[in-house]
Amino acid sequence: MQNDLQNYENPRDESRRDFLKQSSLLSAIALTPGAIRRAAENKWDEKIADEMGKVPLSLEVNGVPYNLKIDPRVTLLDLLREQLHLTGSKKGCDRGQCGACTVHADGARINSCLSLAVTNDGKKITTIEGLSRGDELHPMQEAFIKHDGFQCGYCTSGQIMSAVALVKEGRTQCAEQISEFMSGNICRCGAYSNIVKAIQEVKNQQS
Amino acid sequence: MDKSLIGDPLSRVDGRLKVTGGAKYSGEWELPGLAYGVLVPATITNGSVVSMDVKAAERAPGVLAVITPFNTPGVPGFKPDASQPVRGLKLFNDKLIYFNGQPIALVVAESFEKATHAASLVKASYQQDVFETDFDKNRDKGVVPQGGKYKDYVRGEADAYKKAPVVIEQEYRQPSEMHNPMELHVTIAAWDGDDKVTVYTKSQGVIGTQRSIANAFGLKPENVQVNSRFVGGAFGSSLRTWPHEIASVMAAKLLKRPVKLTLTREQMFTLVGHRPLTIQKIGLGATSDGKLVGITHESISQTAVYEEFTEGSVNVSRFLYESPNANTRYKVIPLNVGVPAPMRGPGEATGSFALESALDELAFALKMDPIELRLKNYTERDPERNLPWSSKYLKECYTRGAERIGWENRPSKPGTLREGEWLAGYGIGCGAFGAFRGRALAKVRMMADGTVNIQSATSDIGPGTGTAMTLIASDLLGVPAGRITFELGNSSFPTAPTQGGSSTVSSVGSAVHDACMAFKQKMYALAGMPENSSDPIDYVAVLKQHNLPFFELTEESQSSQQAKNYSMYSFSAHFAKVHVHPLTGAVKVKRLIAVVDAGRIVSYKTASSQMIGGAVGGIGMALTEEAIFDHKYGRYVNGNFADYHVPVNADIQDIEAIFIDKPDPYINPIGTKGIGEISLIGVAAAIANAVFNATGKRVRELPITPDKLI
Repeated sequence: MQNDLQNYENPRDESRRDFLKQSSLLSAIALTPGAIRRAAENKWDEKIADEMGKVPLSLEVNGVPYNLKIDPRVTLLDLLREQLHLTGSKKGCDRGQCGACTVHADGARINSCLSLAVTNDGKKITTIEGLSRGDELHPMQEAFIKHDGFQCGYCTSGQIMSAVALVKEGRTQCAEQISEFMSGNICRCGAYSNIVKAIQEVKNQQS
Repeated sequence: MDKSLIGDPLSRVDGRLKVTGGAKYSGEWELPGLAYGVLVPATITNGSVVSMDVKAAERAPGVLAVITPFNTPGVPGFKPDASQPVRGLKLFNDKLIYFNGQPIALVVAESFEKATHAASLVKASYQQDVFETDFDKNRDKGVVPQGGKYKDYVRGEADAYKKAPVVIEQEYRQPSEMHNPMELHVTIAAWDGDDKVTVYTKSQGVIGTQRSIANAFGLKPENVQVNSRFVGGAFGSSLRTWPHEIASVMAAKLLKRPVKLTLTREQMFTLVGHRPLTIQKIGLGATSDGKLVGITHESISQTAVYEEFTEGSVNVSRFLYESPNANTRYKVIPLNVGVPAPMRGPGEATGSFALESALDELAFALKMDPIELRLKNYTERDPERNLPWSSKYLKECYTRGAERIGWENRPSKPGTLREGEWLAGYGIGCGAFGAFRGRALAKVRMMADGTVNIQSATSDIGPGTGTAMTLIASDLLGVPAGRITFELGNSSFPTAPTQGGSSTVSSVGSAVHDACMAFKQKMYALAGMPENSSDPIDYVAVLKQHNLPFFELTEESQSSQQAKNYSMYSFSAHFAKVHVHPLTGAVKVKRLIAVVDAGRIVSYKTASSQMIGGAVGGIGMALTEEAIFDHKYGRYVNGNFADYHVPVNADIQDIEAIFIDKPDPYINPIGTKGIGEISLIGVAAAIANAVFNATGKRVRELPITPDKLI
């Protein structure tokens, strides 16, 4: 609660006083669903949401365990980018339409912008930052450099995370299959053919 | 320049950063006390805001400010009497609404979630006026643009095509298209006191952004630090400083805290420009043996009611083919839409779709091969400016491309070639775009260990600026690429132009060239060797001998007087092979060959990717991309990636770039002309012409969706 109050440092004293008044009122309310409903009817719902606010979340990101308390509205993508400062996963649409935010959750590729962070409790998340082993790049990262599978680089993290999962999924039988199953990752610079070449190379190395 | 390193297939110098997530884009800088801004869009399309209820938003948890037209702290440069008034939309400066989605409030809060929620609580009541978003309904309201740049043009006689033995007169339509770079437009602004601000923003030109922000806030340019080291694509959408960038600087000033403002994808459909909906009429007149006697090109595009946008969509018809008579007319229709912006191949991409389609129609009418028709009307001089070309190898482009795609397999009778259950067809479309060179500076510094650092305030929106510059420097200095770093995207570096118009390698590359040459001469002098020596030199020994911890110099570079005696263009010929499914109307671009005369190619690997990428953009233009308006509400209905279709991986098959790679002798010391635009210009026509060849159906309205073929 301490931190939350600090977060409300506000140049306009009036609203700060307003809030303090309401929050002490809230602390007197037993937080039953009924009380929440009544509070909502009295337009206190904003305050309640914030007071109840943070939800515990335990997850592992790139092998590092995190025990957090977060706003339940935070997506996995925003948690990674804004709070854990792992900005390798990108936001291109925030609607699961572009794939720039692709990460692995327990090994499966997901759009992290479509996943509320709190629903990942107990999961192991791998982001682009966790793909290489120290200085040694993952073969897919090497192949993307070699085949120039990107230009601006903004979709690249998502492409690579998708590509690594694709190889595991075994959906690399032919160029057409790779293209089809990589079509959730948009590249506006148009590096698609080089991306397919990179994936084919990694697949061939592994078979 | 020796061929030794230029043209080497060097992998991107920033590749490792990009594949590891280590490349920091503008929204990714961590600043203490960072607050988050979210814009609230107007829900009407024309009129004004009468009142706003922001109480709920202001009282929502974590909210720091709700800036509206009713309480805005204002921006000095918004005043009409400011020495450099801000152009375009002035956010929150008044209560007028010009288009749907125009921001009426900026909510700033402690977190993105809190700001987003609070933004949903802002209420407004409006005075609604009649709005006009329907281009077709307003077609008779086209006006000649105010600026003198796009006046009517006549060479010989206007509309001479009408009297020719063979006449083509057709209308072509291209919808509004969105740049849609993958990165959301974002700005972080952080003030240091009242007179200094640092801005991290998605920009194609940090010097331009620096100037705009300095003008807006009445600051000295050197007190505005702009950073844009990595840019997640732009395609023209970051050529200018947008209203939301000014708004984020304003909010940060008000709150005395850093503010990050990120647009949503939907907001990017209205706030950062688009390629405007354009209807073009082409009139072509030819003799029966295919000699053009007249070209008329009329174009009418949408623009915004609050700011005029123009582009040279008719220009290509003035110079690409020989014709004694040519005339163009260009008009714009102001509508209640967000202002357009230059988008990859601005003007020419639109114009060449019409001209190159019409030329294909003429070839068909003449029963002539489309390449033969182009050769028949080939120009050895620029007929518009009556100047020789600085270099032009478009003929070679035709030959190489035809050979590569197997043009001899093209059926002369459309709709007659079958491959399995598909109809197959071939098409050609050509592109041209002015080759420019702007004034640019570069600083070269060599450390005592012989490593080299080069700085210039240019950008890299994706083409691989640093890679090309490294190759140029490596070649001239004889220092391995791995020992050279090139830094960009920082307004405190030596001045460079905005990255636009395919001119970065020409402008900044020349500055790097000149700086490296000057550096080398100084080193030779220090070594007591003749300045023009080509003997190897041990830089490290020279530095040591003179007790220098490093040696640096800055060089300015710009176009020569001699260059003015030539007309300079890059040229491309795109060859497409398509399959069209006769039952479903589905179009597949089986092969695309882009053959390019862009002078010397500095970085083969990245240039090839850039050409292929432009072709992908051209496939989008040809087959999938269209921003769709609902004129009942004056709002785009497909403002997202699910409904606005940019090409995806499965849309792309075999694309190949071929470079003529002959240096232009006049444009700059490197001999390079630029490829960013011509990679897309001409692609849509090549595909449309191939679809005609496959089906016998001429689609004059982009995109060529299946419903237009069945």
